[in-house]
Amino acid sequence: MIAIVDYGVGNLFSLQSSFAAIGSSGAVVAHTADALEKADKIVLPGVGAFGDASAKLRGSGMLETLLEQVNKEKPLLGICLGMQLLFDRSFEYGEHEGLGLIPGEVRPLSETVPTGLKIPHMGWNALRFTKQSSLFRYIEDGDFVYFVHSYHGALCGDHTIALTDYGAPVTAAVQKDNVFGCQFHPEKSGNTGLKILKAFAEM
Amino acid sequence: MLTKRIIPCLDVKDGRVVKGVNFAGLRDVSSPVELGRYYSSCGADELVFYDITASAEGRGLFTDILTEMARSVFIPLTVGGGINTLDDFERVLNCGADKVSVNSGALRNPALIAEAAKRYGDQCVVLSADVKRVGSAYHVFAKGGREDTGRDALEWIRFGVDSGAGEIVLNSMDTDGVKQGFDLTMLQMVSEAVNVPVIASGGAGKAEDFVTLFKTLPRVDAGLAASIFHFGEVRIAELKQMLFANGIPVRLINQQEESAC
Repeated sequence: MIAIVDYGVGNLFSLQSSFAAIGSSGAVVAHTADALEKADKIVLPGVGAFGDASAKLRGSGMLETLLEQVNKEKPLLGICLGMQLLFDRSFEYGEHEGLGLIPGEVRPLSETVPTGLKIPHMGWNALRFTKQSSLFRYIEDGDFVYFVHSYHGALCGDHTIALTDYGAPVTAAVQKDNVFGCQFHPEKSGNTGLKILKAFAEM
Repeated sequence: MLTKRIIPCLDVKDGRVVKGVNFAGLRDVSSPVELGRYYSSCGADELVFYDITASAEGRGLFTDILTEMARSVFIPLTVGGGINTLDDFERVLNCGADKVSVNSGALRNPALIAEAAKRYGDQCVVLSADVKRVGSAYHVFAKGGREDTGRDALEWIRFGVDSGAGEIVLNSMDTDGVKQGFDLTMLQMVSEAVNVPVIASGGAGKAEDFVTLFKTLPRVDAGLAASIFHFGEVRIAELKQMLFANGIPVRLINQQEESAC
């Protein structure tokens, strides 16, 4: 069973539909620490601003259990802002502490991509694998996924598993042991996205 | 590299897609659910669902159908039509929409754009503008093009972007339905004036029109059309191949997926 952490940010409809479509044994929306304990994998979604989401997650009563379960090597997948929360800190409207599960920090795209390019980086862009990862076992280098973001993961060192090019290399996916993160939205990335979720569901 | 997006638009009335649709392999050609699934897996980069129902009863039916359809659409989904309040945003977002498109509702109440952007984020708010030449000026029209607001199009679109609209759908009423190509003059004017994605709408009659659009106006991000896709005059997979052959960055689907389309 996959638990999708519901801490009050964003709509979980598409993620649930995606897991249903790949025929995984099912994904449930988790509101309690108990539900995270019972699950064998955890998905951390997220849209909106980092500070607000981080505060909501901390106030949800699920964070401690989430970290505990990850320490027990339960696979975790952070998506979009959910990926950004995995890092040490973020500089979106001030400085905020992250979960520290993957080394790195969240910085504005405007610092990285050439001026003139539109921000947010919104639309379909290609993945360029930088490392092998079980998350990509059903897809190929160059496959397209859907991005919507104005901030990105920086200084992730060798935890970056895929980049995408938007005038400059931008972190697309990260992994540290059993912790995975996608900047893009697999639930909105057509068949490629479903294959990524399938790979995660089978871990 | 970010790719150019191809976006089919489905007009839905009383729970059915308006305009006859002609696809091999589709059992029910006016079912939003079947069409949504078809486009989602056959190369469309995004879908727009437009509610053209007038009655409250039809509106309820639309949201039911939307929910069912969204379950099998795994690409971004924009919903428009009858969006007048934040409650309308909430209503369609809860049914699985990713973005919400405002038009007449924002013209009546311009503060709606900023309120929605603040609550749901800029990326969620799409400003759709129906624009037509009036003398030497460009005016925005309301109520599906039936009412000249007298507003200058550029001024309105700039206002929308400053208020937080994350994307502009520019529908040229002068080229809409004529099928002689997109309104390049109008699109150039708007795409140079704003720094958010601009989606071209109105006038596509054949695949070459999209090639001309993206070659002439590299700042335009996407092309939207309805009937040419629904009638099967242009197949999206073939359109993508043509764009690709012309050096325009697009997302191609693999051959295995294409064979099922």
